[in-house]
Amino acid sequence: MNDMRKIERDVKMTDTKITARGVNVHYGDTHAIKDVDVDIADKTVTAFIGPSGCGKSTFLRCLNRMNDTIDICRVQGDIRLDGQDIYDKRVDPVQLRAKVGMVFQKPNPFPKSIYDNIAYGPRIHGLARSKADLDVIVEKSLRRGAIWDEVKDRLDQPGTGLSGGQQQRLCIARAIATEPEVLLMDEPCSALDPIATAQVEELIDELRRDYSVVVVTHSMQQAARVSQNTAFFHLGHLVEFNVTDQIFTNPQDSRTESYITGRIG
Amino acid sequence: MTDATMPTGTPRKASSSELVAASLKRRRRKQTRLQWIGLGAISIAFGMLFILVASLVSSGWTAFTQTHITLSVYVDPEEVPLKRLPRGGFDDVLAVSVAKMLPGTDMSVRATAKSVEGILSKGAQFKLRDMVVADPGLIGQSVTLKVPVSDPFDQLNKGLIDRDTPDEFRRVKNTEIAWFDTLKDQGAISKPFNWALFTNADSRFPELAGLKGALVGSFWALLTCFLIAFPLGIGAAIYLEEFAPRNRFSDLIEVNINNLAAVPSVVFGLLALAVFIGWFGLPRSAPFVGGLTLALMTMPTIIIATRAALKAVPPSIREAALGLGASKQQVVFQHVLPLAMPGVLTGTIIGLAQALGETAPLLLIGMNAFITSAANSPFDSATALPTQIFIWADSPERGFVSRTSAAILVLLGFLVMMNAVAIYLRQKFERKW
Repeated sequence: MNDMRKIERDVKMTDTKITARGVNVHYGDTHAIKDVDVDIADKTVTAFIGPSGCGKSTFLRCLNRMNDTIDICRVQGDIRLDGQDIYDKRVDPVQLRAKVGMVFQKPNPFPKSIYDNIAYGPRIHGLARSKADLDVIVEKSLRRGAIWDEVKDRLDQPGTGLSGGQQQRLCIARAIATEPEVLLMDEPCSALDPIATAQVEELIDELRRDYSVVVVTHSMQQAARVSQNTAFFHLGHLVEFNVTDQIFTNPQDSRTESYITGRIG
Repeated sequence: MTDATMPTGTPRKASSSELVAASLKRRRRKQTRLQWIGLGAISIAFGMLFILVASLVSSGWTAFTQTHITLSVYVDPEEVPLKRLPRGGFDDVLAVSVAKMLPGTDMSVRATAKSVEGILSKGAQFKLRDMVVADPGLIGQSVTLKVPVSDPFDQLNKGLIDRDTPDEFRRVKNTEIAWFDTLKDQGAISKPFNWALFTNADSRFPELAGLKGALVGSFWALLTCFLIAFPLGIGAAIYLEEFAPRNRFSDLIEVNINNLAAVPSVVFGLLALAVFIGWFGLPRSAPFVGGLTLALMTMPTIIIATRAALKAVPPSIREAALGLGASKQQVVFQHVLPLAMPGVLTGTIIGLAQALGETAPLLLIGMNAFITSAANSPFDSATALPTQIFIWADSPERGFVSRTSAAILVLLGFLVMMNAVAIYLRQKFERKW
């Protein structure tokens, strides 16, 4: 039984969740993303690495149409989630974002109670039919966010009163409370200390079982630790995309090699 | 580079630490000078404020008390017959009872009788009349009555009339001063707190004039102003800040709103006169129209304050909500606006405080009318606090001098209170991220 499930999971790992073809992004006159093709697998952690300003965050924000909120930003190309074009006119970005959750660089809990932070998403999407339902969702999300034990006695206290690492795990728990299929993380550990970083990384590895996770990171060690696939961005180009081990041990492109050995970036 | 390596003969260059030390002295001097200038500016500002308040208090404090006379009045059935009520010779009845307390006055001399009657406020007879009308059984009996004295005697009692002034230049004649002193010696004169200042509406007689009409008028006007300017201002600000596309047109609107905040208030008054009264046919002197006019003036303030407060909400909160799949409207109403509320409220209260003190537009729509009863609805004629001050400042009677200052003090009191509420709200709801 256990073996069967393992096999099934391995099969699923090869499934493609998001396909991007010929993606170009302009900020006004700046060409931020140049012709990027990428396939993001389901139940896998995909890391986007690259020097600052290379476009990795911008590309990440295309995947849940967060760039729509920026007036001067134009996105061209084809991005499909489970075969459905997410930039299709019929797709409501609000619905898309419920499916594609996001965790930001700086922990940004709402200035509300811990409970309300988690319950907000399920409430607006109508996922809970009763208060009891909501309680279950909140507890499950906090458990998956690996923060339940730390906050279970103070759910009514403000989320902003937690430590940085706890806040970030709260934000992850908040993102998964809406039952997304994909979880986008924009440098989730850059504002955290090493211990909190280790906790969040462990959590990311856990989340791989249920979600397709995309992590943008500055830290190559982090990419090596948590991801199965890695994409290296440079000056708006996707330079190399491969299995993480391959990228770090046997990079095909000289720019990738320069970056991971610390010569550029 | 060390000194040893320098070629001999060239003048030694000052080291950078020496240069810093030299400049440090100059910089310190500059800083000290700046601090002194700042202190000077603050002392001048406080000095001015002190002079203003001190002069208001010194001239206004006397208006917070009012000289009263306590009389035992025999309601003579001959002067006040039951069948003539509510008419009757109440003034004569009062004059007779005053004369009884002044030995040697001959009430059959017309001039004397008139002078004696003049000690009492013109309002005294109406007070007596109201008592008798309410209880006709008082006819033929003696009642004890405490009524205000007329303004000249009030001034005399407060020491505002110089007794050394020659008789012909003085409003109160020597005989009248003697009468007043007699009454005072009998213990009939008292000087209690002047509640009438707050419970009476305006009057021609300063000893009866109060601020009730103005307070009520200002209340209705501000209520109207708040109910209109607050929702409209916040709505406009939310649309402009959160939903409006950034283009020429919205730039134009923004510039115009900022300009609107700087338009002289008298222009709003003329506009209100032409549109609200002339065109819509709304009643003159009504606090409702005043409120509409003040709303026009307050709205830009509220819009600007609300936009600033919305802008100050960190983008991370918007992103968090958007990332969870909240719609734009949910982001604004469930996250951004609640967080901006302290700033919005502060701006609104400051806008209302400005509106409370606004005079010119109210003058133009006729809220400076002489109205002796408080408005029962926003559509009745009324005055407002600043226009009441304007009316009183224009009145020649001595008693209105101190009342003008007192009214200014009351207005300032309200302004200070409103600003204190604004500060309290800001501190109470201030959030830290």
